Amino acid sequence: MELAEHLFRREAGRLVAILTRLFGIHNLALAEDVVQDAFCRALETWKFHGVPKNPSAWLLTAAKNRALDVLRSERTVRKFAPELTRLLESEWTLAPVVDESFGPAAMKDVQLRMMFSCIHPRLPEEAQVALVLHLLCGFSVGETAAAFLKERAAMQKRIGRAKKTLARSKRLVELAGAAETAARLPGVLRALYLLFSEGYHGASPKSAVRPELCDEAMRLVALLLENPLTSAPAVHALAALFCFQAARLPGRVDAAGNLALFVAQDRTSWDAALIAEGRRELGLSATGAQLTAYHVEAAIAALHADARHAQETDWDGIVSLYDTLMRIQASPVVALNRAVAVAQRDGPARGLEEIGGIEDRRRLVGYPFYFATLGEFELRLGHRGKAGESFRAALKLVRNPMERRFLEGRLRACVEVSKPEVESP
Amino acid sequence: MSEFIFLYRGERNLKTMSPEEAQKSMTKWRAWFKDLSDSGHLKNLGQPLERAGKVVGGKHRTVSDGPYAETKDIIGGYSVIEARDLNQAAELAAGCPGIESGGLVEVRPVMPIAM
Repeated sequence: MELAEHLFRREAGRLVAILTRLFGIHNLALAEDVVQDAFCRALETWKFHGVPKNPSAWLLTAAKNRALDVLRSERTVRKFAPELTRLLESEWTLAPVVDESFGPAAMKDVQLRMMFSCIHPRLPEEAQVALVLHLLCGFSVGETAAAFLKERAAMQKRIGRAKKTLARSKRLVELAGAAETAARLPGVLRALYLLFSEGYHGASPKSAVRPELCDEAMRLVALLLENPLTSAPAVHALAALFCFQAARLPGRVDAAGNLALFVAQDRTSWDAALIAEGRRELGLSATGAQLTAYHVEAAIAALHADARHAQETDWDGIVSLYDTLMRIQASPVVALNRAVAVAQRDGPARGLEEIGGIEDRRRLVGYPFYFATLGEFELRLGHRGKAGESFRAALKLVRNPMERRFLEGRLRACVEVSKPEVESP
Repeated sequence: MSEFIFLYRGERNLKTMSPEEAQKSMTKWRAWFKDLSDSGHLKNLGQPLERAGKVVGGKHRTVSDGPYAETKDIIGGYSVIEARDLNQAAELAAGCPGIESGGLVEVRPVMPIAM
C-alpha cells in the first residue's frame, strides 16, 4: 500500500481542527500535540508492519483514542471547550460526542470554523495566511517560512504570536453567526488568494511554480463552496479564477522547465476540464449585488481562455475589464497589467505611454515583471539598447533560476535578433 | 551466514518532524526493509517498541516508570538480520533511514549455539 502524497499534511489540518473544537481553542497547543502523537504512532507502526489499507481512517482512530485518553485523564485539571464541558464530563455522553466530532460532516464544518478563526481581526494579513497554511494545511513552521521566503526563526516567532492570539479567542468562530462570518469572509478569501498567488508566481528561489500551494488554496475554496453558509458569490468568483489560473499552470513552464512568455505559451497544454469548471463557477458567481475584484479577474482569465491563440484574444474586452478592476481595486500592479493589455491592442508605443502614466510607478521598481515588461515593449519597437537596459534591471531582481534563464534569453534577443526567443510549437 | 540483531536507537523524536517529513521518513523505512528482505538479509522484521514502559531492578525489585534514558539510548525497535559477518552487517545497517534523523543502529552478533 502506497501512501497518498501529502497524506500526513492533509490529515494534520483536519485533525488539529477537530481536536481544537473538542479541547477548546485555548488548548490549541494540546490539540497539535495529540495529532503529532498520533503521527508518531503511525510512523513507528507502519514502518515495521506496512501501511494499512485505509491510512486516513487509521490516523483518525489513533487521534480519536488519544483524544479520549486526554479528555478522561485531564478533565479534572483542565477546562475543555466551554460549550461541550457538560457533555465531556459524563461517560454517557463523552464517547458519542467524540465520535460525532470525527464524523465526515462535523469534520468539514470544523475546518471552516478554524479557517474563519485564523482570520482573526487582531492579526496582520500575513500572519493570518501563515496560520491558515500552518494549521489547516499542515505545513510545518519551516515549510510555511519557505512558502513566504521568510527566515525560519522569524516565521517561528510570527506563528507563535499568532497562535497565542488565536488561543485567546473565546471559541472557534460559529459559521451560523451570520454577522461574524460575513465580516471575516473577505479576509478568508484574501488569504486564499495570497496562498494561491504564492504558488502561482511566488518568489521561490527554487521553482517558478509551486503547485502544492495552489492545490491547498483550491481545496479550501472547495470547502467554502460546499457549505451553504459560506458559498457567497465572491467565493464562486474566486474559485473560477483559481480554475482558470490552474488550467494554465502546465503552460507557464515549458518542457525544459523554463518560464514561457504568456503570448507564446502552448495553449493546447491548458487543462480543458479546469477551464470548463472555471466557466461554471463564473456563471454561479454572477448573482447578488456585489462585483468583487475576483469577479473581474476571473472574467479576464475567462477571456484569455476563450482565445486559442494570443492574437485572437479579445484585448478590447480585457482592457475594459482592467478599467473596471482599477475602479474597484487600483494598484500599480493592476495598472501594469492593464498597460500590457493596451499594448497588445494598440501596440507597444501605447503600452509604454500607459506605463509612463501609472500613478505610484515608483512602487514597481522592486518588481522584476515591471522591467521585463518595459524591455518587451522597447524590444518590439526595435529599441534594442533600451530593451537591454530594462532586461538587465529585471535580472537584478530575479528570484529563481527560471526567471533568470528567461530574462537572459530575452537579453540575448536584444543583441541578436529582435523576435521573441520562445515560440509556440 | 550469521545472525545479528539490529537495535534502532535514538531516532530524533518524531514530534519535531513536520507531517511531510514524517511521511517521507516512513516511506524510506519501508523501502529499506524491502531491500533487506529482497536481498535475503531480513530473517525477522522484528517489532517497534513503545517509548515508555517500566523498569524493574534493585535489591527490592523496585518497579518504576521508565526507561528514563537519554533519547539516544532509547530503543525504538529491533530486527533480526542475516549477514556474512559483522562487517557486512554493519554495511547493511549504514543504509538505515533512522540515521538521517539522528538515530543510530546498534549491530550485535547473536551468539552461536554451537561453536
